[in-house]
Amino acid sequence: MESTSNHLIQIRDLVYRRGNRAIFDGVDIDIQRGKLTAIMGPSGTGKTTLLRLIGGQLRPDEGSVVVDGQNVPDLKYGALYELRKRMGMLFQNGALLTDINVFDNVAFPLREHTDLSESMIRDLVLMKLHAVGLRGARDLMPSELSGGMSRRVALARAIALDPMMIMYDEPFTGQDPISMGVLVSLLRSLTDALGLTSVVVSHDVKESLSIADYVYVISEGKVVEHGTPSTLEQSTSPWVQQFIQGQSDGPVPFHFPAPDYAEDLLGNNS
Amino acid sequence: MYSKTVQVWVGIFVMAGMASLLMLSMKVSNISAFTETDGYEVTANFANIGGLKVRSPVSMAGVVIGRVAKIGFDRESYEAVVTIKIQNQYDNIPEDASVSIFTAGLLGEQYIDMEAGGAEEFLRQGSELQLTQSAIVLEQIIGQFIVSQADE
Amino acid sequence: MIGFLQRLGATTIGVNERLGRGSLFLWHVLGGFPGLLPRFQLVIQQMYSVGVLSLLIIAVAGLFVGMVLALQGYNTLVDFGATESLGVMVALSLVRELGPVVAGLLFAGRAGSALTAEIGLMKATEQLSAMEMMAVDPLHRIVAPRFLAGILSMPLLAAIFSAVAIIGGHLVGVELLGVDEGAFWSQMQAKVDLYDDIANGVIKSIVFGFVITWIAVFEGYDAVPTSEGVSRATTNTVVHGSLAVLGLDFILTALMFD
Repeated sequence: MESTSNHLIQIRDLVYRRGNRAIFDGVDIDIQRGKLTAIMGPSGTGKTTLLRLIGGQLRPDEGSVVVDGQNVPDLKYGALYELRKRMGMLFQNGALLTDINVFDNVAFPLREHTDLSESMIRDLVLMKLHAVGLRGARDLMPSELSGGMSRRVALARAIALDPMMIMYDEPFTGQDPISMGVLVSLLRSLTDALGLTSVVVSHDVKESLSIADYVYVISEGKVVEHGTPSTLEQSTSPWVQQFIQGQSDGPVPFHFPAPDYAEDLLGNNS
Repeated sequence: MYSKTVQVWVGIFVMAGMASLLMLSMKVSNISAFTETDGYEVTANFANIGGLKVRSPVSMAGVVIGRVAKIGFDRESYEAVVTIKIQNQYDNIPEDASVSIFTAGLLGEQYIDMEAGGAEEFLRQGSELQLTQSAIVLEQIIGQFIVSQADE
Repeated sequence: MIGFLQRLGATTIGVNERLGRGSLFLWHVLGGFPGLLPRFQLVIQQMYSVGVLSLLIIAVAGLFVGMVLALQGYNTLVDFGATESLGVMVALSLVRELGPVVAGLLFAGRAGSALTAEIGLMKATEQLSAMEMMAVDPLHRIVAPRFLAGILSMPLLAAIFSAVAIIGGHLVGVELLGVDEGAFWSQMQAKVDLYDDIANGVIKSIVFGFVITWIAVFEGYDAVPTSEGVSRATTNTVVHGSLAVLGLDFILTALMFD
């Protein structure tokens, strides 16, 4: 019934703790099919953890993560691996297999999961590499690629099996302006051209807002605000304003919680 | 996508390993352990077998002709029953051959020495050797020696 | 005192947890073995890095160990006029003990540490995670072939070690020190038993191969995914692998040779 619904992913009352610290404390997120949803928040709010929860690499303490009608935490080994074949994930640094070249990296999921002939695999790999503009780099080793290039190769690998969705973990971090621009337009065009559902986790506000259809802002284990980029920019919450504008002080204080400054200097705190 | 050199090298590696195992079993150890299975068994009773063990050698004139196959105990006579397996090629040993348990060197392993007799009949499967001499136990000899010294 | 007890308790719990995780890990990896048969290329690939690359150090070490054994043995035996037994002495100490044990120690140092470092780095660079998300189980695809390659390679390496060492002993004993060649081999053949000595040595080397590779791949897979964590895991593999070889050797010797 849910598989026909408009939402590919539905997260309800998600609670996930690491030790005593609650990373997520009752989070609800809906991700629409065929749209690019950005999930933003400051560093250390567990955005990567969220992706791992969706991918079934971690199990939540409470709540449900329904992907295409299946609750991920309830899935058995086999069903989970079947579901993952339809998910793509782009890791922060690409996570290419370092002992094989670009071509074999993109061919890896095809060789693992299909019985296609080598010539078919070659055609498919070249198509995917062409889509990310790196058809000419097929013989390079991952160590010879720049950061932006290895992310694009990883992207080609993630779309090799034509998944229904792709999750991007911090795709824009640490890129020079040109690679950044390439990645931004690539994300948008892949989503539109292939009808992919994209989930982008990022703290790069400007880039994320420029391409996202819908945005969630997470902080302190809760969803603080959600809406289209334009509604977000008009948000009344001072916290969201501070985050979007990138101000150094505001509801999130500049100082880490500490005892009184003068007291501390005098060494009076026992 | 898999390089040929890797396969060739692994082939060489496996060949070298197999050759080494073969060398260890053929050249270093007595592969005869395999062929020894066919032979005939005879038994002999000993009052004391000392440190004789299963697989200890049985020799005649210094040539190994068989091995101890089994060591048992006779509940009635309180003697050790040693089953000896002799290789088939030695099929002309007189029935009245005598067997003794000796020690190789002063402290070496114990083995059975067989000496031919003069009978017309030969040993065959199930024969029993009558003439046996037990193992010499060093402590007994020393004890006898001390006693005989005291007598003088 | 309380502090000591607490530390002891914490260590015990920690060790037990690791053993438990290690056993579950082993179970899962062994579950991947049937899937390797149709793709034996993966295992051959790993036998190259685990076995072939260890070949040189194993052969060189074997040659020298054999030569030293013959030299030392000769000096002792010559006092008793028993130099004919040199072959027996060299062969028995090699096939029973030194072959499996020294080959095992070298294997832990050469192949074990490389396995841990490789798997640990794959974890640190999220390659294992990425594989999981590509619906490829890294325990089956990455760990299982390496594990099987280790188990297959170790007995071969130990056999090569012993064989090369006996040749080394022959070189020094017969060619250099003038022990009678016939006596060298015939005494050896008379005293070394195929089942009691050679077969038990091979069993030892299989057990060592299993345990060292298990430790190596588990340390790599369980490493803290940072460069410091990987380097510590590599050290752990060599230390724990070597200790396991020595400890197991004692137990196996006690079981096998009464």
